[in-house]
Amino acid sequence: MANMVNLTIDGKPVTAPAGTLLIDAARQAGIDIPAFCYYEGFSVQAACRMCLVEIEKMPKLQPACAMPVAEGMVVHTDTPKVAEARKSTLEFLLTNHPLDCPVCDKGGECELQDMTFRYGLGESRFVEIKHHADEKQWSPLVFYDPARCILCYRCIRVCDEGLGVAALGLSYRGVAAEIIPNKGDHLECDECGWCIDVCPVGALTSGTYRYKSRPWEMNYVSAVCTHCSNGCKTTLSVRNGEIIRANNRDRSGLNGEFLCVKGRFAFDFVHSSERLQSPLIRKNGKLEPASWSEALKAAAGRMRESIERNGRIAVIGSTRTTNEENYYLQKFARQGLRTSHIDHHRSGDLITLLDALGGRADALAATGDLYTCDAALVLGADLAQQQPMLAVQLRANWRHHQMAMYVISEGPAREDQYAARSLRAAAGSETERLEELRDELKARKNLVVLYGASVKGDAVRRLVQFGDSLGIPVKYVCLVDYANSRGAMDMGLLPHLGPGYRPVEIPGMHLDAMMEAADLDLIWVVGANPLKGGRRFAAQNAFVIVQELFLTETAAQADIVLPAMSLYEKNGTVTNVCGEVQRTKAGPKVMGTKSDLEIMGLLAAQLGLELGVPLPDKVFEEIRRAVPGYGVPLAVIATGGAAQTKAAAGAPGLEAQPELVRSAGDTLFTSGTLGKYSRKLNEVMEAPGRLFQLQVP
Amino acid sequence: MKETLLSPPHPLEKRVLTRRFEYPRTEPVWIDEYLATGGYEAIRKALAMEPEAIVEEVKKSALRGRGGAGFPTGMKWSFVDRKSPKPKYVVVNADEGEPGTCKDRILMGYDPHRLIEGVLIGARAIGACRGWVYIRGEYREYIEIMDRAIEEAYARGFLGASVCGSGWEFHLSTHTGAGSYECGEETALLESLEGKRGNPRLKPPFPATSGAFQCPTILNNVETYCAVPDIILNGGEWYASLGTPRNGGTRLVCLSGHIERPGVYEVPLGMNLLTIINEIGGGVWKGRKLKAVIPGGSSSPVLKADECDIPADYDSLAKAGSMLGSGATVVLDETTDMTKVLARLMKFYAHESCGWCIPCREGTTWLKKITARLEEGIGSERDLATIDQISQNMLGRTFCPLGDAAAMPAMAIVRKFRDEILDRIRQAEMFAPAPGTQPLAVL
Repeated sequence: MANMVNLTIDGKPVTAPAGTLLIDAARQAGIDIPAFCYYEGFSVQAACRMCLVEIEKMPKLQPACAMPVAEGMVVHTDTPKVAEARKSTLEFLLTNHPLDCPVCDKGGECELQDMTFRYGLGESRFVEIKHHADEKQWSPLVFYDPARCILCYRCIRVCDEGLGVAALGLSYRGVAAEIIPNKGDHLECDECGWCIDVCPVGALTSGTYRYKSRPWEMNYVSAVCTHCSNGCKTTLSVRNGEIIRANNRDRSGLNGEFLCVKGRFAFDFVHSSERLQSPLIRKNGKLEPASWSEALKAAAGRMRESIERNGRIAVIGSTRTTNEENYYLQKFARQGLRTSHIDHHRSGDLITLLDALGGRADALAATGDLYTCDAALVLGADLAQQQPMLAVQLRANWRHHQMAMYVISEGPAREDQYAARSLRAAAGSETERLEELRDELKARKNLVVLYGASVKGDAVRRLVQFGDSLGIPVKYVCLVDYANSRGAMDMGLLPHLGPGYRPVEIPGMHLDAMMEAADLDLIWVVGANPLKGGRRFAAQNAFVIVQELFLTETAAQADIVLPAMSLYEKNGTVTNVCGEVQRTKAGPKVMGTKSDLEIMGLLAAQLGLELGVPLPDKVFEEIRRAVPGYGVPLAVIATGGAAQTKAAAGAPGLEAQPELVRSAGDTLFTSGTLGKYSRKLNEVMEAPGRLFQLQVP
Repeated sequence: MKETLLSPPHPLEKRVLTRRFEYPRTEPVWIDEYLATGGYEAIRKALAMEPEAIVEEVKKSALRGRGGAGFPTGMKWSFVDRKSPKPKYVVVNADEGEPGTCKDRILMGYDPHRLIEGVLIGARAIGACRGWVYIRGEYREYIEIMDRAIEEAYARGFLGASVCGSGWEFHLSTHTGAGSYECGEETALLESLEGKRGNPRLKPPFPATSGAFQCPTILNNVETYCAVPDIILNGGEWYASLGTPRNGGTRLVCLSGHIERPGVYEVPLGMNLLTIINEIGGGVWKGRKLKAVIPGGSSSPVLKADECDIPADYDSLAKAGSMLGSGATVVLDETTDMTKVLARLMKFYAHESCGWCIPCREGTTWLKKITARLEEGIGSERDLATIDQISQNMLGRTFCPLGDAAAMPAMAIVRKFRDEILDRIRQAEMFAPAPGTQPLAVL
């Protein structure tokens, strides 16, 4: 164990590892020392002077955030001298702080308000004229008010140290000091909005949330972000049935306070005016609104016909529906519709990895491993673009523990900024350069390997062989695109593998084959858009049933369209890229929609199928029992935690079908169907200037 | 320099650092003259000494930092770990930002090689390979003089690949400041030297451990380095004996204000302050009476006339509630408006505050606003209490000593000249605001 240090804080004996900051040691002991500029995980500033405490044998008050614990130190945080210091610091801060509370977004959740109530003076004696500078808009999403800014420098640090984007800086001096954006008068950055949430006051405010609400007027719903596969917790703030903002200020989940632009702002697709709110049935060549009972009856009826005449039925599942829905869908397809033609858009070759690992479930990395590993190797991916939360974890690991990063990719990646080695290789040929890194990797204590969609099939086998030959513990992350891409595979939305990767007796057609098959009788598409870009099913006469949020290309070609709910509107679980399953809770309800599980339940009832109770909790119980690797502790899931599943390899000789693996190639500012309908996401792309610049040194 | 900056010498002066400055010279002592008058002998002697012995000699001399803090120089140099694998650096603080201070410009302007020699000896003591002279940007002329002197030194082998043929490599160059008083603070200076914003750094680590570019560094004032060659040549004990115990040697005092003979004079540590003012400076000008003295630069608390009969060294000034500081002695006569002095000083500190920490950024601004209002005559007794409390809330709580530098003079003036300021305000209160207008402040 590290050197432990014994000290006394407010009469309480405290023990902490050597090197711990006094403010952290105090917090661990339950003693709260107030601070504005101190932010755990980022460099120490000691600028706000709120954390000054009395330490015996030191004449001046000392900042607890800059003081490492020392053996025998005696600290007092509640003396009159300390109280006086806190009062005066707040008094100083309030001299130039504008009296904006009534119109400031931060009112009610403002750290300055909270601190003033707790530690401040009751009266103001400042009668001079306050220093003022006008509010500025730096981007569609970020506003900055210099007058309110208390210059704690948190925003600069999260952007520079946390993300490596460094879009914010400090200019001028004295009271005129201001935060400035990288382009002088506007920001060109990732638009993640972390700066807004980290700001203790209302200096940085959200362009989407301005003037809309007070924090106590909203309900807070704990959801998992519906965009990329990282599984960030996003707390939806819902008012009058509408999501007004999303953030993660309670630091729950895997992502702490971090969210990318999608997690924080791209929720507005939920309330888009283009949401389907009524079933549609094609009559006389045109899609006409219909009632739910009419549409369900028609859909179930057509399914029954197909089953009875042994027509070929294809089922295309989703990368953004819950595990419960995926599990239920494949059960419906296999047991109800008696078809094996079931697939989804696969974006990562996990199957070859599982086969190559031969059942070593412990060789799959959890998100936490990215923060603690000694070395990381990224092949064929620009993490900051496609897996932003993973990028932040790895970067924090490098900052705090000097983790060694290695990159092999086609183009430059933001990880190049701090990588020990960075190699370029054309997509698909990344593994050919692995040998060049052997010596350096061998010398590390352990390794986490992350690979993108261009590494598939034999390349994955070569990768695992390489990992095995290093002689150090190696864990893998197969990068996939979407919120439940991993769950779609785990739950068996595959033609040849059932839930938990158990091979089915008679495999069916994969997605490409389904597109080419001319003799399909029925095509059931749930939350997917295979006809994107004007493609067509070869089976011109097939009856198409689509469950979707918007009138996508696929829905526009359907015979029956059933309006579904997004992840933010329903309960259920999703599995992130590292195999961690988390529960997401229902936020608002959009009139006229039903969850995919409910729709399937109603269809099953009409068909007289016994597939189990179509409620998320019930289905999850079955998943825990029946799906290998999903026997996770319910207490963890129920209390909002993340539990890592142990995806086991199935029987030897898992057929991979790597040619089916294709990434959608989304960036920070695109997100498949959902991103298309998010006005905020598109506004940000269309704002002036190149909004995303690769930070290549 | 077209005119001389020197003052006619006074018999009470003890000219050690300024021994080459014969009045009224206008040209610097270039290298030939420097060599002809015993220049670069000290570094030759130092090259033959053990580095530890050099530090010992400086410790014995009781030389204390002449920039303002007065920290014992030998002790500062001894904190550098000579065995560290990192390169070591020497930095000269020629920012000379403290208002009233004008001695470093004279030292660089007239005897630049003395500074180079002092730097070389310091570099030898800690095993440094590189040094910088950080000169405030406003001193364009002196930057050019230093540059030329450095060129001369390179040409004659006193800088470069083999200093004096010893095989030891040392490089020196000037670095220009950009208009910040805070960059006279050692860690802010290092930040500026590294091309960053002039914000101070957390201490510890101190520059001796982690200074320029995170390497062990010694950082001293121009005058401090200039004293070193004579310490090496004549011994530390000799230098110490010129002053008082623990306050060794001579110092340059910058006399300015309401005085007959303003100028820079070299006096032994411990000479009586009134003697300096009345004998060397010729006394208060125009036959007026002394009202107050700012003894060591604007950051040093003002002394009333009856408090000035004290020896001028670090310890005695500290005992009197002020500080010797940079030696900038500003003399104020009986006609001085202390409210105006206060307002002008506070305006300076508010302008120079770097803005990093709350108490200084907001405190100096608040002080500026109150004192500006008092200068207008609008105020009340409560404002004096507020100024005092603001100052006390800044003292010891700021990130760097600039907060203290603003707070201490403010407290001294409002306490020592309270009645004068109150009179000022009450006089002005007789002028009521015109009908129909709002008063500026609610009192």
